[in-house]
Amino acid sequence: MTTAKAVKNVPPHPMDGLLRTERIPHIWCPGCGIGTVFSAVLAAIKNTGWDPNTIAMVSGIGCTGRMAGYIRLDSFHTTHGRALPFATGLKLAKPDTKVIIVSGDGDLFAIGGNHFIHAARRNMDMTVVCVNNFNYGMTGGQQAPSTPLGAKTTTTVNGSPEEPFNLCDLAATCGATYVARWTAMQVRSLRSSISEALEKRGFSFVEVITPCPSSFGRRNRMGTALEMMKFYQGRSVIRSDIDPSEAVVDIDREIVVGKFVDIERPTFMDHYEKVNRLNLPQWRAMHPDHQKGR
Amino acid sequence: MPDKRERHILITGFGGQGIVMAGDILGKAATLYDHKHATMTQNYGPEARGGACSSQVIISSEEILFPCVEEPEILVCMSQEAYTKNIKSLKTEGTLIWDTDLVHTRKTDAAFKSFNIPATRFAEQLGTKMMANIVMLGFLSAVEPLVHAEALKKAVLESVPPSTRDNNLRAFTTGREYGHSILKGLVKPEPGKHQE
Amino acid sequence: MNGDEACCEGALAAGCRFFAGYPITPATEVAESMSRRLPEIGGIYIQMEDEIASMAAILGASWGGVKSMTSTSGPGFSLMMENIGLGICTETPCVVCNVQRAGPSTGLPTLVAQGDMMQARWGSHGHYEIIALSPSSPQEMFDFTIRAFNLSEYYRLPVIILADETIGHMNERVIIPQEEDIEIVNRRKPTVSREDYLPYEADADGIAPMANCGDGYRIHVTGLTHDDRGYPAMDAKAQEKMITRLVDKIRKNRDKIIRTQNLYLDDADVVVVSYGISARSAMQAVRDARKDGIKAGLIKLDTIWPFPEELIRSVASRSKAMIMAEINGGQMVLELERSAFGACPVSLVSNFGGRILHPGLILNAVAKAAKEKT
Repeated sequence: MTTAKAVKNVPPHPMDGLLRTERIPHIWCPGCGIGTVFSAVLAAIKNTGWDPNTIAMVSGIGCTGRMAGYIRLDSFHTTHGRALPFATGLKLAKPDTKVIIVSGDGDLFAIGGNHFIHAARRNMDMTVVCVNNFNYGMTGGQQAPSTPLGAKTTTTVNGSPEEPFNLCDLAATCGATYVARWTAMQVRSLRSSISEALEKRGFSFVEVITPCPSSFGRRNRMGTALEMMKFYQGRSVIRSDIDPSEAVVDIDREIVVGKFVDIERPTFMDHYEKVNRLNLPQWRAMHPDHQKGR
Repeated sequence: MPDKRERHILITGFGGQGIVMAGDILGKAATLYDHKHATMTQNYGPEARGGACSSQVIISSEEILFPCVEEPEILVCMSQEAYTKNIKSLKTEGTLIWDTDLVHTRKTDAAFKSFNIPATRFAEQLGTKMMANIVMLGFLSAVEPLVHAEALKKAVLESVPPSTRDNNLRAFTTGREYGHSILKGLVKPEPGKHQE
Repeated sequence: MNGDEACCEGALAAGCRFFAGYPITPATEVAESMSRRLPEIGGIYIQMEDEIASMAAILGASWGGVKSMTSTSGPGFSLMMENIGLGICTETPCVVCNVQRAGPSTGLPTLVAQGDMMQARWGSHGHYEIIALSPSSPQEMFDFTIRAFNLSEYYRLPVIILADETIGHMNERVIIPQEEDIEIVNRRKPTVSREDYLPYEADADGIAPMANCGDGYRIHVTGLTHDDRGYPAMDAKAQEKMITRLVDKIRKNRDKIIRTQNLYLDDADVVVVSYGISARSAMQAVRDARKDGIKAGLIKLDTIWPFPEELIRSVASRSKAMIMAEINGGQMVLELERSAFGACPVSLVSNFGGRILHPGLILNAVAKAAKEKT
């Protein structure tokens, strides 16, 4: 391997402090949009000014799941679909930790779909960034729950016969306190949305429509990586504050982007403290104004 | 064969009657207050309420290994189904106890002693039929003293919700006094609903 | 108290402060007890959406530095296998209590069996070693749960308690010792700086010190095959190194892990081997056999995995016969045969679940084996 030497000759990256530089180069394909999302995540983390030792990243399996392996934080690359329940345990055991989950559409919404809806329902205080590239990239481009109707993948060679999820609508319906969608090319908006999501108390969700030129793009004749980026951006229509159910992702017509939800709701721990610890002397001492009973 | 020192009790009825709780209380009385060994195992169906249910209690001065009651010397029946199913297992010269209103017995058998008490009716009169199991324990403490009555009373008080202690104590006493009256012949056992 | 409640109390005494679970007969009372007890002492109970999530959550909590456990029965145990594997691979201390019922599938939810013995050993994919304990009374549920936590913290892996419906639902007296009389083991922490710390570099005994999330070491934890740094290493050499260590940390410490309770082994002709609820029937049978003048003995397996191969081999070489008593179609008897290595005949007393073994059945087998000519 020549990579170690090659890395030494590369000028320092502004995010080096948050990167496991010894693990670069990464495994992502040339032109993959995940790198763009990753740098937006890094920039947003840096922007918070938090002590890196108080932030943890949890991921599932898949191309996006590998982000956890490149970030210099306490980082956990778990099993397929299980990032959210793992993160739930971590957050509850160490409530002061800021927990960021990064994973793909297949991981979070197919095998992990049940965990997603329940984490959102409980309003676990964490941020989920979902890289939606409309297929399973790592295994070579199979159909996912986000694959557009009629789109070609290795398991839907004649076009997908299924209608996809609207991920933002699902997150909003299940109770997320912050929901936004951008395409990978809208870097500035994406970065600021991830920053807002990180600062948000409760379950925050950011979906990123991301090109997968090697698989999804190639099979659906979408051109080069850059052309895909531009294509998604060109289709995007910014309509913040729209009802998430109307925020459609239709790559033939329009991709509605923007911030769709930004609300306040008590988190799991808020309720847990009130319900379970109300009668504990320590709790009452800490919350003198609280009236007993609900 | 069960060891002679082991006393085998089978309490039967249906889910929701507090059958398992009654067995638990009996076991607690024996272990925590009488300082003996006891095991309680339970049999129940998938239903939360209404299915056949039993608790098997063994009380012994020595360690108990095999926890199953196969041939009870005391059989408590709080439902017809439980009676029909278990009466054949009752040991010769054992004791049968049933709830007068819930079990239609055949004629009493000379092979065993038998007692009955309208435990559920008494409990209802005291406020809630949920306490029928406690009335039954009080009755049991009079007619078959397996553990010290004080131990049993303590175990009852320890096992019920604090706000219901007084009521449960009344239920226990009602059962126990009824048992004493029967033994002294002061009260004639109700004829029950005999079935041929 | 019953066995399930004793399991909860044991866990709390061991320092468990996080429980994630999903209701399932006959293990529900463990979760119910935890849900009442944990909030009182500053812990967290959460009911997850399924057993997959429960297992994932306790791994997460353990990396958060909190001792954690879950409980389940057969169907849920099957779902946990995936993340038990993650726990093995990432060396995450935690405890899984399986209160066994009869299977396969939904089987007999309210009735006893011991059919998950091999699943506990081999249920997750790939090759690994596991630790599993099998209690025979509510008291042992309490004691073994504490030991399970201690072993998991020391050896860094999910430790499984293989209980059964009868033990879980059996009420007996449980003596809870004074806090200062309970031995507690906590995970070894790194003492070196962040720059010098290699998360999977083991000490001499094969165990690597563990940094928790937030300790400042900025660890990476992955279920991929990894090197000492914890970074994915995708080749046969890395696999060989990692699995060798995962296996050796248990195998080489087997003497410290394995515990049995032996009865009359000094002069026994026929030795019954059993565990869990079946061991009580076996002990009754062995005592009854002695009363009948038969030289019977008993090995009660307190640890199921690792299996006490050396003990079995030495007892087999001086016995006329060995008998395994268990509630399944014959699982641990395979280990017994393997370990006896032909030194004496091995037979099985069992049923497929739904009821516990009658001591009389075992006694008959003992008597028959004692009569056979050698």
